[in-house]
Amino acid sequence: MNLGGLQAVKSMSVPSSSLSRKSGDGVSDQFPAGLRVLVVDDDPICLLILEKMLKKCLYEVTKCNRAELALNYLRENKNGYDIVISDVHMPDMDGFKLLEHVGLEMDLPVIMMSADDGKKVVMKGITHGAVDYLIKPVRIEALKNIWQHVVRKNKDEYKGKDCEQTGSVEDGEQQQKPPEDAEYSSSANEGNWKNSKKRKDEEDEAEERDDTSSLKKPRVVWSVELHQQFVTAVNHLGLDKAVPKKILELMNVPGLTRENVASHLQKYRLYLRRLSGVSQHQNGLNNAFMGPTDATFGSMSSFNGIELQALASSGQLPPQSLAIIQAAALGRATNKSPVPVPLVDQRNLFSFESPKLRFGEDSLLNNNSKQINLLHGIPTNMEPKQLATLHQSAQSLGNLNMQLQSQSSQSGSLLTQRPQSQPRTPLLNEINGSHVSTLPSSLGQPIMSQALPSSVLPRNGIENVRGGTFGSVSQPSSALDFSVNHGTEFPGNSFPLMSNSGIPILTSKGMLQEEVKSEMKVPRGYLPNYDTFDELNQNRTQDWGVQTDGSTFDVSQHSNLQGSLDVSPSILVQQGFSSNLKSEQSRNIPVSKATFAVGDSRAGNISNPSQQLNSSPADISQRIKAERLPNMGFQNTFFPEQFGQDDLMSALLKQQEGTGAVESEFGFDGYHLDNLPV
Amino acid sequence: MEVVGQLQKQYVDFITSLFREAYLDDQYVQLQKLQDDSNPEFVVEVVSIFFEDSEKLLNDLASSLLVSISLFWVFILCLRPSLLLMVVLFFLLFLFQLYSQQQVVDFKKVDGYVHQFKGSSSSVGAQRVKNACVTLRNFCEEKNLDGCSRYLNLVKQEFYLVKNKLETLLRMEQQILQAGGTVPLLEQVPLLWKQ
Repeated sequence: MNLGGLQAVKSMSVPSSSLSRKSGDGVSDQFPAGLRVLVVDDDPICLLILEKMLKKCLYEVTKCNRAELALNYLRENKNGYDIVISDVHMPDMDGFKLLEHVGLEMDLPVIMMSADDGKKVVMKGITHGAVDYLIKPVRIEALKNIWQHVVRKNKDEYKGKDCEQTGSVEDGEQQQKPPEDAEYSSSANEGNWKNSKKRKDEEDEAEERDDTSSLKKPRVVWSVELHQQFVTAVNHLGLDKAVPKKILELMNVPGLTRENVASHLQKYRLYLRRLSGVSQHQNGLNNAFMGPTDATFGSMSSFNGIELQALASSGQLPPQSLAIIQAAALGRATNKSPVPVPLVDQRNLFSFESPKLRFGEDSLLNNNSKQINLLHGIPTNMEPKQLATLHQSAQSLGNLNMQLQSQSSQSGSLLTQRPQSQPRTPLLNEINGSHVSTLPSSLGQPIMSQALPSSVLPRNGIENVRGGTFGSVSQPSSALDFSVNHGTEFPGNSFPLMSNSGIPILTSKGMLQEEVKSEMKVPRGYLPNYDTFDELNQNRTQDWGVQTDGSTFDVSQHSNLQGSLDVSPSILVQQGFSSNLKSEQSRNIPVSKATFAVGDSRAGNISNPSQQLNSSPADISQRIKAERLPNMGFQNTFFPEQFGQDDLMSALLKQQEGTGAVESEFGFDGYHLDNLPV
Repeated sequence: MEVVGQLQKQYVDFITSLFREAYLDDQYVQLQKLQDDSNPEFVVEVVSIFFEDSEKLLNDLASSLLVSISLFWVFILCLRPSLLLMVVLFFLLFLFQLYSQQQVVDFKKVDGYVHQFKGSSSSVGAQRVKNACVTLRNFCEEKNLDGCSRYLNLVKQEFYLVKNKLETLLRMEQQILQAGGTVPLLEQVPLLWKQ
């Protein structure tokens, strides 16, 4: 309507369609017009009002009402936004969490806003790194100046502080929170990766972003080749004598400044320090892995293919450091540098991949941290040979990153020995991914060896059994997150028919038996464990209780299972357990199973070899399930809704008895029931 | 035109009274300023969405405060026990309810709803509603169920009041436009009562 007359307001000139920065006009003329803003708020009224206000400020506005959606937008279009405005209280994701994600992954300025003006909340916004905090109702005057945050951020980057800042920030983060090191380092890792990738993109688009590019200095991207040159120069000079100036001369790269080299050297030194400090602490190992990842691969793009190559090439990183890592991790003299390299690569690969896979998931960070932990756990228990096998296979399956991850979580759980051990998703991922065919054999061995010694307590034994097959018990929450994440990631996976019909299980059991025959080690390892379970009745109640939880969970969760039977039982069991674990933190057994199962299901879809792999875990899970089912009756208080389980239980039990005879068919790898400590 | 002039005067008087009585505040003027030729129905849009969302929010609020009560009865009825047993159960549940109402009500959830309502009402400029929400939030923090219920009623009341007023206001605007006039935009008035 025409607001003339008494209208005292001078409306702004109608924005002539979105003023793109590519207009070619001078920077000062158009900017801040065309600033690309992403607004996130679950309140549609606020969203509408904000959008209108921002449009009045001549900004390009994208609005969305869910944080997950916002993250997707940001990830899909890495350089599509200049600033993010987010509400604090949102139903699907906390605003501060979104703030963290955006800051780490995209390094964009984020403005928080809320109707809540309490000092605590505002302080929280500041400590989480928000560049500003607006109180609702937001006035247009407040929005007119948000471009200052974009300029400020670019100015800081321009000064070259960013490289060192991120490095120090990451280090700082890693040092500040030892228990959450993995999580932070993984998130920092992600951030680093994303940052480096973003920088690359920014460099590419430097011309297009003339109006703001003058505020941004093209950053040095430490590509793999560049880093290789750097490492060669450092090794040539000797670590002690490596000074930036000399390194620069040796590298002989045009456009590289002494400052770039200096900051990179600093990061590299930190990485090495971490590696040497790893031998005593597994956590340290985690850090080391993440640290090197940061330093080494921070500049690498996060593409899977490139990562693989990069990892492979970066595997050339000081063999000594890798060897040190390996020695520390495995507790053995590492005479296999090629092996460690792929291991590290794979870990990095997976840790990087996992964030990508799990974007938009709250447990993203958790997963990464879990993965890192898994990596730790695995080396301690794994034999280098097996690791090598795993890694080699992993490398060959570069395309199956996601699957690998799921699988690796499984294998990770398999490899972890102790119930209290940290989740070893990363390692599992590596193992899973890489090798579909070699995994069963490799897993079988570690499982057996691990299961035996650890089965001191009945519970432990049970756990170990599971661990053997499923990669043991790590922290429930992490495993759960992992499995859950996988669940969300692979909705279409052919989950085996589950739930309430005993028939699929029966058939799957039949299949399992066949698979058992084909896949020697894993099932074998499992079978003896199974018997062990029976012998350890006293601890059943607790374990079963946990398991029943899991089964219930599985049933409810997998209503859309189809196809691969072998996967289903394991999935059900595992997921159920993982859910249990969440609720009952004392139970760690299911977790490993859950991750394992989840990984299995995923793998099943991928390829035949994967399916074989899956089947073995499935076998195990089925067996475990069967074991558990009988106990369900005892534990009815926990899960009254597990009606269908009884049928499954009886079916499984029958199957188990049948499969008991199968045991004798397979030669155990030095694993005998008699040897099991009871 | 006489008619337009009259309508405009009525409009100005009315909106001034709304500002004076704090039904609306400056934010509403901001909304009006945002409206322009490219989006001539902006205020109407926003206000309608506000009405819809708020109804839903108020229902959620009310039910979250009452959830404790209904569940028990539903559960009992489902069991279909004998009459005597039912009476006993009712009695027990009634006592249990009285005792546990404080614990059963999820004050955090209620607080979340109230916070959201506070945000949206402040965004449209419904000042009294916003103030009532602030007080309601305090009760939620203290986990004062009685206070919460009372203030929820007050919030509801204020909402329906402002809804009424806004509908009248928008209707008047339409009348002016239909009569061929332009809606007077009050820039100065809110400043007098600005807090």
